[in-house]
Amino acid sequence: MILAEISGSLSAVGYGLAAIGPGIGVGIIFASYIQSTARQPESARITQPFMWIGFALVEALALFGIAFGFIWLNP
Amino acid sequence: MMVPRTDDLPFPPSVEEFYPPSLIDGAGYWLTKFTLLVWLAVGLIIVFFLVAYRNPKMVPTRGQWIAETVYGFNRENVAKDLIGHEGIKFAPYFTTLFCFILLTNLFGIIPGIQISPNSHIAFPIVLTAITYVMFIAVGVRKFGFARYVKQSLVPAAPWFILPLLIPIEFFSTFIVRPVTLSLRLFANMFAGHMILLVFILGGFVLLNANVALAPISLLSWLLAIALTFLEALVAILQAYVFVILTSSYVQGALAEQH
Repeated sequence: MILAEISGSLSAVGYGLAAIGPGIGVGIIFASYIQSTARQPESARITQPFMWIGFALVEALALFGIAFGFIWLNP
Repeated sequence: MMVPRTDDLPFPPSVEEFYPPSLIDGAGYWLTKFTLLVWLAVGLIIVFFLVAYRNPKMVPTRGQWIAETVYGFNRENVAKDLIGHEGIKFAPYFTTLFCFILLTNLFGIIPGIQISPNSHIAFPIVLTAITYVMFIAVGVRKFGFARYVKQSLVPAAPWFILPLLIPIEFFSTFIVRPVTLSLRLFANMFAGHMILLVFILGGFVLLNANVALAPISLLSWLLAIALTFLEALVAILQAYVFVILTSSYVQGALAEQH
């Protein structure tokens, strides 16, 4: 006896869950850049490379979610 | 208005989009659109830098200025700022790497081509393999194999916690770094191509389903245009990040442990 059944793509649900973390992470990175620049505008040029590196590292996790969503798709 | 029929459209897009057919039937599976694009990128870079520096002038011409800006950026901001004075000898490689990744990424949005070779995992894997061998070889050449292994695996920590830290350091430096470096470039290009496919093909599918949905189709195509600009930004950013991370790994290998 099946009590409850959910059908559809689990990969889509998985990607949705995987996007929560990087979404918050990217927000934190840019928020800290904006705040630090507001406190000390001269530091903007120094911290900018770190902002881009940090953004790419965090964004990578969200994009793994998209890529693996397709790779682990059940035919 | 000529609209593609829905049964011809590969919608929803699948991973099969990234396995283009062989160009000439007998040539073998490796001669595809990607091969031509990589050869094109290499040819363009060689020709551009040769022509830009054929007759260098004190007041630079436009091509010369572009070439000097790209090389100067890589030499100052990427090599010298991160690695220090020793880094200048890596500047030509970083410039070439940056230009190659930038060009192959931008192929993803250039009309007519509209796919980046980097959206197939093979090409980022090769670029990452070169980086991986490079930062290990540079460290081993400077310090000797035993000292390099010791300083990269053994952090400055009390002895009782080292059995936990050393596997973590090994995993982080020698396994996670190459995997994420290649996967990041691949996933960015793969996802970007998928998004553009969804919105552009989706517009056609909506139009074929019901002509009354035409305004929604138009919205879908406008969003595709906006996302193309985002793709351009992502292409440049991913090229920059790949080169900056390569430089950072070389710097980590060359750094003296206190």
